[in-house]
Amino acid sequence: MAEKLHFSLVAPERAVFSGEVDRVDAPGAEGDFGVLAGHAPFMTALREGVVVVHDGATTRTFEIHGGFADVNAQGLTILAEHAVEA
Amino acid sequence: MASLKDMRVRISSVKATQKITKAMQMVAAAKLRRSQDAAQNARPYATRMAAVIANLAAGVSGDSAPKLLTGAGRSQRHLIVVAAADRGLAGGFTTSIVRVARDRIAALLAEGKDVKIVTIGKKAVPPLRRLYGDRIVESFDLSAERTLTLSVAQPIADRIIQLYDAGDVDVVTLYFSRFKSVVSQTPTALQLIPAQVEGGAVTDLQGATYEYEPSEEGILETLLPRNITVQVLSALLENMAGFYASQMTAMDNATRNAGDMIKGLTVQYNRTRQAQITKELIEIISGAEAL
Repeated sequence: MAEKLHFSLVAPERAVFSGEVDRVDAPGAEGDFGVLAGHAPFMTALREGVVVVHDGATTRTFEIHGGFADVNAQGLTILAEHAVEA
Repeated sequence: MASLKDMRVRISSVKATQKITKAMQMVAAAKLRRSQDAAQNARPYATRMAAVIANLAAGVSGDSAPKLLTGAGRSQRHLIVVAAADRGLAGGFTTSIVRVARDRIAALLAEGKDVKIVTIGKKAVPPLRRLYGDRIVESFDLSAERTLTLSVAQPIADRIIQLYDAGDVDVVTLYFSRFKSVVSQTPTALQLIPAQVEGGAVTDLQGATYEYEPSEEGILETLLPRNITVQVLSALLENMAGFYASQMTAMDNATRNAGDMIKGLTVQYNRTRQAQITKELIEIISGAEAL
């Protein structure tokens, strides 16, 4: 198994998700994208949509409403204006 | 000398007050727990956002950087945003915030700077209006808000940015009370514009460079106003927790003072009552002896 990606999803009211995962799909302002471990540094605005978190055989989905994604060596951080687990 | 009846009335009135302060203390304690959670839950977002901005700020070059980040290059006109409580009976909570802000305003005026004031919370207005009434440009009253969310902070941030964009102010500083613990809240000044970037927060990219979608400036332009809203919200949440902590302590003191007062008055009441009984006995006995 490849190394894991550190992913955290935070909303203004609370941290919604934080942990090590395999892959995250997110709705970027200019197109959906997927992030794996070791992704190049990348920053984008997000549009309304669904964030899908893949870890092994399990997937979790979160509905988000605008925000930003920041990918760097430390992992992926999504700052969402609203986020709820779907 | 007060009559026995007067003293009884006095004691029962202090007892009634004590019941109120006791109840307020317990309500404040319950609300404190909730608002403390809210303040803590909001922290990750604010710190993450600060880290993202620090990363971005490290990348943008001087001229293309948005004004919200770098400032207008002047510091002549200051906007002081004072966030205090909407309600009283919380000891020196509002006073301590206002005092720090007022010292700063006085210092700025002494330097010949221009100062404008925005207040948040009803209780911040009276002490500032007396001295700097004509400098208050806007007062926000949050007493009707039940929970603090982004939508509460949004109009405040919008107004601040509007003042800034209009060129009315160069530097914006927010005064609020940082919640450290139940017994300690420190009045804090936080510079909102130009954005304060902590240099240490920049992530090492290991030689790689960031890619941006849309452009770097595009992201910064939406991120920076958002950051101000988030900073305002987290200040309001910290304030809320601090307010209830302060109120709890104040009401605890009040309850204890009322207890001391009741004890003192009861002793005095009993002494007076005994003195009266003794006097009546003497009168009866001396009356019987005279027969």
